Amino acid sequence: MNNKKKVVVPIGPYHPLLEEPEFFALYCEGEKVVDLEWQAGYNHRAIEKLSEGKHWDQVTFLVERICGICSTSHPFAYCNAVEDLLGISIPEKARYIRCIIAEMERIHSHLLWTGLAGHFLGYNTLFMWAWKYRESILDMFEMITGNRNHYAMFKIGGVRRDIEDEDIPVLRKVLQDIKGKVDMLTHAVLDDPVLAARLKGVGVLTKEHIKNFGAVGPVARASGVDMDIRRDDPYAAYSMMDWKVSKTENGDVFDKAVVRLLECMESIKIIEYSLKAIEGSKAEIATEVREIPPGEGIGHHEAPRGECFHYVRSDGSNRPVRHKIKAPSYTNIPTFKASCVGQMIADVAIILAGVDPCYCCTERLAVYDAGNKKKQMYGFSELVEMSRRKTQQIKQQF
Amino acid sequence: MTLFDTIKEQLGCMIKDTKLHNEKRIYITVDKQDIKECADIIFHRLDGRYIIASAIDNCGSFEILYHFGFDRYGAVVSLRVFLEREKPEISSLTDIIPGIVYIEREIWELFGISFTGHPGLKHFLLRDDWPEEKYPLRKNITTGGDICE
Repeated sequence: MNNKKKVVVPIGPYHPLLEEPEFFALYCEGEKVVDLEWQAGYNHRAIEKLSEGKHWDQVTFLVERICGICSTSHPFAYCNAVEDLLGISIPEKARYIRCIIAEMERIHSHLLWTGLAGHFLGYNTLFMWAWKYRESILDMFEMITGNRNHYAMFKIGGVRRDIEDEDIPVLRKVLQDIKGKVDMLTHAVLDDPVLAARLKGVGVLTKEHIKNFGAVGPVARASGVDMDIRRDDPYAAYSMMDWKVSKTENGDVFDKAVVRLLECMESIKIIEYSLKAIEGSKAEIATEVREIPPGEGIGHHEAPRGECFHYVRSDGSNRPVRHKIKAPSYTNIPTFKASCVGQMIADVAIILAGVDPCYCCTERLAVYDAGNKKKQMYGFSELVEMSRRKTQQIKQQF
Repeated sequence: MTLFDTIKEQLGCMIKDTKLHNEKRIYITVDKQDIKECADIIFHRLDGRYIIASAIDNCGSFEILYHFGFDRYGAVVSLRVFLEREKPEISSLTDIIPGIVYIEREIWELFGISFTGHPGLKHFLLRDDWPEEKYPLRKNITTGGDICE
């Protein structure tokens, strides 16, 4: 122990590529990570407190601001929670529209992740391509909802806007294109021997880890845990069509990538089915909700990153007395304690990215040598560089 | 046998009250001294999935809801515990559910509810020098941060 250097590698709180500021301290012996600590709250916006001061309809828009990527996940879970409190069901057309929006979001979120993962590994072509394909989904969002993000489509009792019939063929065409591209990406990932060597067996999570940390979504499904809220506790129109839950068994970063890409294909299937169901329909898109009676309600939604959970309580006034929000990353991020320990620092970038955490990592990375009080700073580019060097080394072996 | 019946059978006389909002939303009230045993049964024996815990300030008392998912039934089971207003305290569940460590820290700093047996009850979301006795999610704190009665 004495002659081994034990270093603390702080990651955070700021990082330009990921979304929110967080802080991680990696405890290392040489290049190997032996422990990890997580600190959050650098950009805490007190949404739960703010929510207690807004009326029920305003909260839908407030929670949409929680995440800039999967912005529909929170309104979806919140509306489910309030509708659970009310005990109402929403019109069939609104159910399909909710599915379309949520699944389009899943495709663009997963493509964003695929691109970022490629970038971390030094596959910048993958990064460019994935983000280029994602762009067409954002354009579709603009066409349907008026916004590339923060679509404001949801309201308690249904949706706010209908999808116009003339938009449907355009959306179908884009989906058809995306299907080919995602298929190509999936095969590119599955067939690439370098990616397999680089990602297989890296950051493995077992079923036990998933249970202990309460991890959800693609992270859990990549470890062989068969859970998906869309199927298990069906809401919107998910029980009204045929689709399957994507699942793999190994729990490493490679499997997490595969699960996400396979999910995109299922999402396309769901959207296509939903479009067929609403085409030409002039049905209602919302049930009128006037008052929220006293009571409590729970709603959850399978967001791109996993289960998004909302609990609301009403005292009969026009504002919630309590609104608890749980985003999937809240239980996915602590799994780093299991997945990073025993790994090399060069792998940490991709393991941290592997769960697609909604946090902002770091602009720089400092290696602090506890033994001789020497401090060495690594820029984020150097961390990515270390990751890429490892990919290069593997490439040369092939 | 429904999930509700199974839980009633397993928890037995530890159940103080139940509320079946619908067959997929089950709320069970237990005493705070029984919470560890109940959570152990739900999490280990019945294989419930830990989702999250949420605390609520009822002005006269505090309430904590521990939410567990039962995905094969598509249900959410919430264990409800009431705590007294003065010196609210409850056993930590960290030795049963390792992942609960962060939400307990969060409830501690935002509501001032103490968790006995927690391995590191320190600030998680708030800064380290956050003033004591100022718990942001209590009802006597305004959104501006002022204390009112």
